[in-house]
Amino acid sequence: MKLPFKGAIDCDVHLAMPPVKTLLPFMSDYWQDQIVTRYIDRSSFALMSYPSNSPLSGRADWRAENGGAMPGASLAQLRSQLLDPFEHKIAICHALHGAIALYNEDMGAEFCTAVNRWVAAEWLDHEPRLRASILVHAQNPALAVAEIERCAGDSRFVAVLLPVMGDSPLGRRIYWPIFEAAQKHGLSVCVHAGSTFRNPPTGTGWTSYQTEDYIGQSVAFQNLIISLLAEGVFQKFPDLTFVCLESGFTWMPTLLWRSAKAWRGVRAEVPWIDRNPASIVRERIKLSLRPFDAPEDPDIIKRIFEQINCEDMLVFSTDYPHWQFEGDNTLPDGLPQELIQKILIDNPMASFPRLQSSTRAHARVTQEVAS
Amino acid sequence: MAKKYVAAAAGDIAEGGSKLVSIAGRDIGIFNVSGSFFALANRCPHAGGSLCEGFITGIAVSGGPNDYRLERTGEFLRCPWHGWEFDIRTGQSWCDPNSMRARQFAVKVEAGADLAKGPYIAETFEVKVEGEYLVIEL
Repeated sequence: MKLPFKGAIDCDVHLAMPPVKTLLPFMSDYWQDQIVTRYIDRSSFALMSYPSNSPLSGRADWRAENGGAMPGASLAQLRSQLLDPFEHKIAICHALHGAIALYNEDMGAEFCTAVNRWVAAEWLDHEPRLRASILVHAQNPALAVAEIERCAGDSRFVAVLLPVMGDSPLGRRIYWPIFEAAQKHGLSVCVHAGSTFRNPPTGTGWTSYQTEDYIGQSVAFQNLIISLLAEGVFQKFPDLTFVCLESGFTWMPTLLWRSAKAWRGVRAEVPWIDRNPASIVRERIKLSLRPFDAPEDPDIIKRIFEQINCEDMLVFSTDYPHWQFEGDNTLPDGLPQELIQKILIDNPMASFPRLQSSTRAHARVTQEVAS
Repeated sequence: MAKKYVAAAAGDIAEGGSKLVSIAGRDIGIFNVSGSFFALANRCPHAGGSLCEGFITGIAVSGGPNDYRLERTGEFLRCPWHGWEFDIRTGQSWCDPNSMRARQFAVKVEAGADLAKGPYIAETFEVKVEGEYLVIEL
């Protein structure tokens, strides 16, 4: 289904990662030297959860328009393939750079800083419809917090970006400084599909095929939600919103049911969960629309939506340039009509508090320029 | 018409203790919570487990992560089957107090001298004039 009106807020847009040499000017002299003299600049730093040659990683027609290259590599492409034809009001872009998987946390943090500076200078400065998440190296939360603090003054950064599979379950207290910094600055936490491969992507060990890794992402998101619940993150950080990107969501009914059932029996172990966990999850977790893992039968979709009771949870995403839809049909068929306005605009605005202020700030800048 | 059953001698159940009795074919747990007596059906409203054979405990509460407190010690019953917690005083489930509760029976303490006037039904033991007894009407 096509977008019924313009002005949507797209919460999951990917920038193609640039070659390392593009990032060098955004690094210190020391790291520029290290990265060149150690030939680290020859690495693509592609996060292996999204191999660039995989058809899913870039829609074929968009790739063809780019002469076979990964779409999303230039602002001109992003405008002509996404922002202009779909008439987005805002697109929140995410730079899933492979440096988040480096074991050297100083180098990892330097790369993250470079990526964020590159995003600001090459994308945000040139396109007022863009917002971005802050890439951080979560292995060292102190360095991650420093990067959040460095970026927080720029209201175009609206979230902190973390992969769903990192060193440890994300609810653990070691990560709380990151959440504290995010909450303090009104940033949301975007958790995106992907792994730093510190651990096997399944609970039983390593997989044979990339297909397994990709399908298994939705299981990782279930683990994430369980971890945030059990560790008490929702109680500890009452003003922080978690946005699950490329998570799928039609698995949610069974997770909510099982969480509520287990809570009744073993809640004394985690007494800070003081009410039905399903209601906590519904308030605190947001889910992106793509990929949409359900049949197109509107009756089935309606039933799933009723089971999740998710009218405030879903946020619009195209997952550009990933291959999640054909042509102009950015919305799944069968989506309940009454939810479209919420999904496209209201829920994203509520999920990212900074969209309010940054939208106002842009309007001000535009006015000043005009006068 | 309700019949009056002498369920136990009051002295049989110490503070913090309980006794399982069978009255007119019903299994009922009687609990002494700080000197007050409460009776609940020995059947968990969740899945039918022997509720009254579970731990008598308090309720774990918290103001947030890393804050653990056990309050109202001795006032809760944890079903041995699935761990659901019930308030002994009301039969209410802690998690679903409005929609889930164990069947509760009123317990009265009556003097043997009064009971001697009858009518009552004592199923398993002799009622003596000088004692105090727990009476349940069914």
